[in-house]
Amino acid sequence: MDPYFEFLCRMGDNTLILGHRVSEWCGHAPVIEEDIALANTALDLIGQTQMWLGLAAEVEGKGRTADDLAMLRDAWDFRSALLVEQPNGDFGQTLMRQFLFDAWHLEMLKGLTQSCEPRVAEIAAKAVKEVQYHVERSSETVIGLGDGTEVSHAKMQAALNLLWPFAGELCTPDAVDDAMHAKGIAPDLTTIRTAYDTHIESVMAEATLTIPDSRFAHKGGKSGFQHSEHLGHILTQMQWLQRAYPGATW
Amino acid sequence: MSNEWPLWEIFIRGQHGMSHRHVGSLHAADEAGAIKNARDVYTRRNEGVSIWVVEARNITASSPSDKGPMYEPSESKVYRHPTFFDIPDDVGAM
Repeated sequence: MDPYFEFLCRMGDNTLILGHRVSEWCGHAPVIEEDIALANTALDLIGQTQMWLGLAAEVEGKGRTADDLAMLRDAWDFRSALLVEQPNGDFGQTLMRQFLFDAWHLEMLKGLTQSCEPRVAEIAAKAVKEVQYHVERSSETVIGLGDGTEVSHAKMQAALNLLWPFAGELCTPDAVDDAMHAKGIAPDLTTIRTAYDTHIESVMAEATLTIPDSRFAHKGGKSGFQHSEHLGHILTQMQWLQRAYPGATW
Repeated sequence: MSNEWPLWEIFIRGQHGMSHRHVGSLHAADEAGAIKNARDVYTRRNEGVSIWVVEARNITASSPSDKGPMYEPSESKVYRHPTFFDIPDDVGAM
C-alpha cells in the first residue's frame, strides 16, 4: 500500500473512530454542559475525518470517496491506533483517553502544519485550532478529577493504568512513519514523543497521578495488523446503515 | 450540601464595539470551566468575540414585588424623554 495513502488513513481513522466513540456519550454525560462539550468534540473530529479521508481517497485515485473509506472498509483496513477504539468506560476514563490522544494529536498537527505537502499543511492548520481547545479541556478535566476527591483520584489512576499501554503506539515510528518523515510530509515521531512525554508528565503531576513505570506499548492498530475486538463492534454500529441500504442518503 | 455545580450567568459580545449581552446561564465548577462551557454552549455558530461569566449568586436583582414604587412613577412622565427638543439636522445621528 502507498505509504502516503496509509498515513492519511491513519490520521482520518484516528479521528473517525475516536469521534464515533465520543459521540456515544451524546445524551449520557453526567451534566448537560459536558454532554454538549463532548458532542462538539466528536463533531470536530468527524469534520477532520472528512478532510483527511477526502484527501486519502484523492491520493488513492481509485474513485473512492471519504464516505466509501469510512463506511465500506472492514476492520483490517482501518489504520486507527488501538487507543481510540478502547471503550468509553466511565466519564473519567473517557477524558483520560481523550487527553492521552489530544496531547499526541496537538504535537502531530503542529508538526504537520510544516508539511511539504500543502494540502496536508492546510488541513493541519485548520484542525490544530480545534485540537488546542480539546487538549485544554481534557487536560483540565484530568487535573480536576485526578486532584479531586479520593474516589475521583482512584478512578483516574485506574484509567491511566488501563490506557497507558495504548498510548505508546501513537509515538512509535514504523516504516510508514519513517517514509513520511523522510519525504518531509510528516514530523519525526521520536521528536513528537519527547514533547508528548513532557506534556503528559506535567499534567499528571498536577493531577497527582502516577504514570506507570513501563514503556510497554500494545501495537497493531495503526498497521492494521491486530486491532482489538472493540473495533469490529464499533464498525457494526457505525456502518450498518450503509451496509444494509447501500448508497442511502438524506 | 448541594451536589450541583454553581450557576453562572453568561454574557457574550457579538462583535467589536458592541456591548456584552446576557445570553443565558449554565453550570460549571469554576470560572475557567464556565468560560469553556459558555464557548461550547453559546459560541459554536460564530456568535461572539468575547465572553464574560459571572457567578449568579453575585448578581443583586431588583424585586418584582417592588415594581410599583420602582417603575410606575415614571409611566406618566413622558416629558422625561428627550424627544421634545428639535435637533438641528447638522447634528447628525444621536
